[in-house]
Amino acid sequence: MYSVNYHRAASVADAARLLKNGDAKLLSGGMTLIPAMKTRLAAPSDLVDVSRLKELQGVKVSGKTVTIGAATTHYDVSADANLKKACPALAEMASLIGDPAVRYKGTIGGSIANNDPAADYPAALLALGATIITNKREIAADKFFKGLFETALKEGEIITAVSFIAPAKAAYQKFRNPASRYAIVGVFVAKGKDGVRAAITGAGEDGVFRSKEIEAALAKSFDASALDGLKVPAKGLMSDIHASADYRANLIAVMAKRAVAAANA
Amino acid sequence: MSDVSLTVNGKRVSGSVEDRTLLVHFLREHLGLTGTHVGCDTSQCGACVVHVDGRAVKSCTMLAAQASGSTIVTIEGLANGAELHPVQAAFKEHHGLQCGFCTPGMIMAATDMIARHPQGLDEATVRAELDGNICRCTGYHNIVKAILAAAQTMSKGAKGKAKQAA
Repeated sequence: MYSVNYHRAASVADAARLLKNGDAKLLSGGMTLIPAMKTRLAAPSDLVDVSRLKELQGVKVSGKTVTIGAATTHYDVSADANLKKACPALAEMASLIGDPAVRYKGTIGGSIANNDPAADYPAALLALGATIITNKREIAADKFFKGLFETALKEGEIITAVSFIAPAKAAYQKFRNPASRYAIVGVFVAKGKDGVRAAITGAGEDGVFRSKEIEAALAKSFDASALDGLKVPAKGLMSDIHASADYRANLIAVMAKRAVAAANA
Repeated sequence: MSDVSLTVNGKRVSGSVEDRTLLVHFLREHLGLTGTHVGCDTSQCGACVVHVDGRAVKSCTMLAAQASGSTIVTIEGLANGAELHPVQAAFKEHHGLQCGFCTPGMIMAATDMIARHPQGLDEATVRAELDGNICRCTGYHNIVKAILAAAQTMSKGAKGKAKQAA
């Protein structure tokens, strides 16, 4: 790791000020950033640690509205009793990220700011039609995830929370790479008051995306049988050493079926 | 440079370290606590697992500066004097190790796992929860046995104490 200056922010405003130092980066759980720095894929001049900020912590459920602080760890999301009642699919999804030690450190804000094309949270937030709240504005998930490791965040902008209306039904199903444990395909389906949304991670050349084909089929009937014989186009899907685009296209339909079955269970 | 101060195995310690110093290097090289191992150095293998404020985390993927102010327990802090912690004793009893390299991380992950499942553990849960700890010798079988046995012993111990208290 190259030399770096570490700062512990006292507040979100303080973090925004500290981010103006050189080529500074926010540090939350550090589960992606620190490995990237160790391999010198990332070399920020300064790190601004926001992981201990109380204002960024915790899950709040008020009626159907769920708000999760950006520095809430995957473990705390997975174990939150109120979230398990309001949106069990999201708590379950958080329990499938990485391994137990990683879930104690990694945070929802860090995950979506990084927008890894195989990360789980982007699929969940896109399917839930979530709103990403920053220190400057609110951004709809549909506008937030821009491409591989790319988001709508501007220089110096800090995610403070995400918020969504709990859906009537939802579930996430992930087909893991057996070695890395990352999603080769992950499908999050949600049936909310504005209809059905299905978001796919791990498969798209431009990162997370919504599947029109699956959404259209499920709009008619939110049942796994509605996806019988569904062909998902392989165009725009990744082909790599782990899986071809055709294989991923097939897996999307399979995992979507499983997700709908789980949501209806 | 960062001035870090933390509580490690019940002792207050402090030091001045480069900001890029990883917690595992601080423990091993500054404090001489070499029980915590560096295996893969890429957050995969779990040989470096320690407890930070009661949570089992990978100390190769955390800066010492991030841990400043925290309470750390390493493998050296688990036993009660000459008496092994129940998880350590179970690893010994069930031969849950061969070369021993992964063992400190396995034991720190196991104690956390047991604490998170007060209702008890089954084999499938133990195997799933060991996702972040790699062993290249044992085939995991005896590690799983040891963790299940320790969970049993510890739950009996807790019930015994509850009875005494009542």
